[in-house]
Amino acid sequence: MNRWIERQRCLVDFTVSSLLRRRGKNLGLILVYTAIVFVLASVMLFGQALRREAAAVLSHAPEIVVQRMVAGRHDTIPTAYLDSIRAIRGVVQAEARLWGYYFDPGLSANYTLMVPTDRVVEPGTATIGHAIARLRDARAGTPLFLLSERGKMHKFTVAATLEPDSELVAADLMLVAERDFRSMFAIPADAVTDITVSVRNPREVGTIATKISRALPDVRVITRGDILRTYEAAFNWREGMVLVLMVGAVLAFLILAWDKASGLSAEERREIGILKAVGWETSDVIRQKLWEGALISLTAFLFGYALAYLHVFGFDAALFEPALKGWAVLYPRFGLRPSVDAFQVGTLMVLTVLPYILATVVPVWRAATIDPDMAMR
Amino acid sequence: MRYVRSSGIAFGIVCGGLLLCAATWLVAGLAGDGATASRARLVHDLQLTDLALFTEARYTRHPSQADLHSAFQNHPTALDHFPSGSLRAPPDFRTLRHEPVD
Amino acid sequence: MIRLNDVTKVFNQGRHNEHRAVAGVTLDIEDGRVTVLRGPSGSGKTTLLTLIGCLARPTSGRVRLDGRDISSLPERFLTEIRRSTFGFVFQRFNLIHGVSVLENVMLPAYPLGGDHGALRRRALALLARLGLNGKSDARAEWLSGGEAQRVAIARALINDPRVIIADEPTANLDTALSRAFLDIVGELKAEGRTLILTSHDPRVCEAPVVDRVVTMRDGELVRDLVEA
Repeated sequence: MNRWIERQRCLVDFTVSSLLRRRGKNLGLILVYTAIVFVLASVMLFGQALRREAAAVLSHAPEIVVQRMVAGRHDTIPTAYLDSIRAIRGVVQAEARLWGYYFDPGLSANYTLMVPTDRVVEPGTATIGHAIARLRDARAGTPLFLLSERGKMHKFTVAATLEPDSELVAADLMLVAERDFRSMFAIPADAVTDITVSVRNPREVGTIATKISRALPDVRVITRGDILRTYEAAFNWREGMVLVLMVGAVLAFLILAWDKASGLSAEERREIGILKAVGWETSDVIRQKLWEGALISLTAFLFGYALAYLHVFGFDAALFEPALKGWAVLYPRFGLRPSVDAFQVGTLMVLTVLPYILATVVPVWRAATIDPDMAMR
Repeated sequence: MRYVRSSGIAFGIVCGGLLLCAATWLVAGLAGDGATASRARLVHDLQLTDLALFTEARYTRHPSQADLHSAFQNHPTALDHFPSGSLRAPPDFRTLRHEPVD
Repeated sequence: MIRLNDVTKVFNQGRHNEHRAVAGVTLDIEDGRVTVLRGPSGSGKTTLLTLIGCLARPTSGRVRLDGRDISSLPERFLTEIRRSTFGFVFQRFNLIHGVSVLENVMLPAYPLGGDHGALRRRALALLARLGLNGKSDARAEWLSGGEAQRVAIARALINDPRVIIADEPTANLDTALSRAFLDIVGELKAEGRTLILTSHDPRVCEAPVVDRVVTMRDGELVRDLVEA
């Protein structure tokens, strides 16, 4: 056993000397390889953490949301509909929601104004999301001026800021009193934005949703299941920008491996001949090449993955910000909980480490079996 | 000076990488649920329906609430204005169906 | 004792460029002696050398090492024997470029997986003995012709082989270095090793240290001169 270990160590000694011959090239190789793994792992970790977060957090979303459609667009819903909904058997509670968008022309930012049902907001004040506080450098007591659609200026004094942790769900929220909301958006007292419904038996959600849409023909019903499904496919590697990123990384990787796989040079062949002539067996030659492939790919994989983890969970996936932010001005701090999916890591490892090792070893296979007497010539 | 074998250094580097990765596993395992729980509470209290990921436009801000033709709101064949369109797949219409009427 | 019995080596058998390099050679090589294979280029002496040293297998005929038939052994055993019994010094030295001299010398012993520290000391001692102190960390391609040959000799000696085989050892050396080489040959012979050389250099063939000169032409033995 000891002999075997010592033998492998000797092979690795030679592998390292061999790699150090082309120091620059091999260092560049490892760096590029690490970068590729970094990109792939970052996307994988980020997408997975976000999906997991969405599933955990949105499982507390309203069970049913009822919207009214006018000419294919989302319009306000009369409060009278509340009674029709409450009359349906199985409905425990139906609540009105008041929320809407406000575009701040000074900062080109979109806020979501909302009237909370769980707390009291004093008229003339607002509780703002942490990202708004960051953007406008606002804290308790800061005045905010919003221009209503009628051209009237509304002043809101910041009463409180939501916690920084809540940015992922409440970055752009502005919680205001009902009176101020209706005045801002000129919404009459008998209309609300939409209605949320809770049911007694969760298994009945589908049935009750159908009943609601039958009772009120101009509404659209969204269930919690629909909400969760929307986020299940977020950052899916099969879509759009992520797909482009993955394809780019895979192509770069193939080019890397191609350089290895495209056969041995005369110099390399000569060296194998020499090694065999001085007493190395075919299996030793192949094993040495295996170590070469394994050392490079394992180093690149381990460090690329660790860096990706640090990037996503330590730096909030900062490198993705330009792509994700788009035209938005308000951008949340994710604060995602670190999580590792062994299956995904394993898949990534198999996809990046294995092909590289094969690309290194396979060309050597044939050359390693030549008769060592060729070295004499 | 004691002689250091290059294989020792090579294995050392790989082990270093392994330790880093093991550390990530450990951190992930020990990570607290606090932030997620507080967000979930807020979602419940305010009856929120979406993550505040894309604040560029109405239909990107609340993807789960956007109606089926919101993507075509400006023009039926208009391309996605925003990167969010390429990051979020449109809902799978096959599973959007509720219980059949009747 | 190495015995060759009617050994033949044919390259590219059956194809249009079939070439018989060695034809029906029967030869006994005695232990502890210096034997030189002489002949013009193309005479098959290098091929015969590869057959003696287990670098290749004969197309027909037998090669026996101490009575044991090695011509039909599988590759693994052949390599094992080659590693422990024979040390090679190639005509063009065949050192691995870009790797240090010390590592070049230690290479043949790597697959054995023995004590690395002891191996390293042995290699350094060999280099010192051949006057290559201080060159152990130099890269192989920086060496002069004479230095490279001595490194090649050190490499050949690392596994303490009984037989040293050298192909045209003085072909790239001047007179002074050739004489130095023959001195080393004398030392190795005094240690009880067997030496087999190929050469068409008269300085080698007529050197006093050489015990026997075997002449070859067109793959066959021509004359057998034994010098006392």
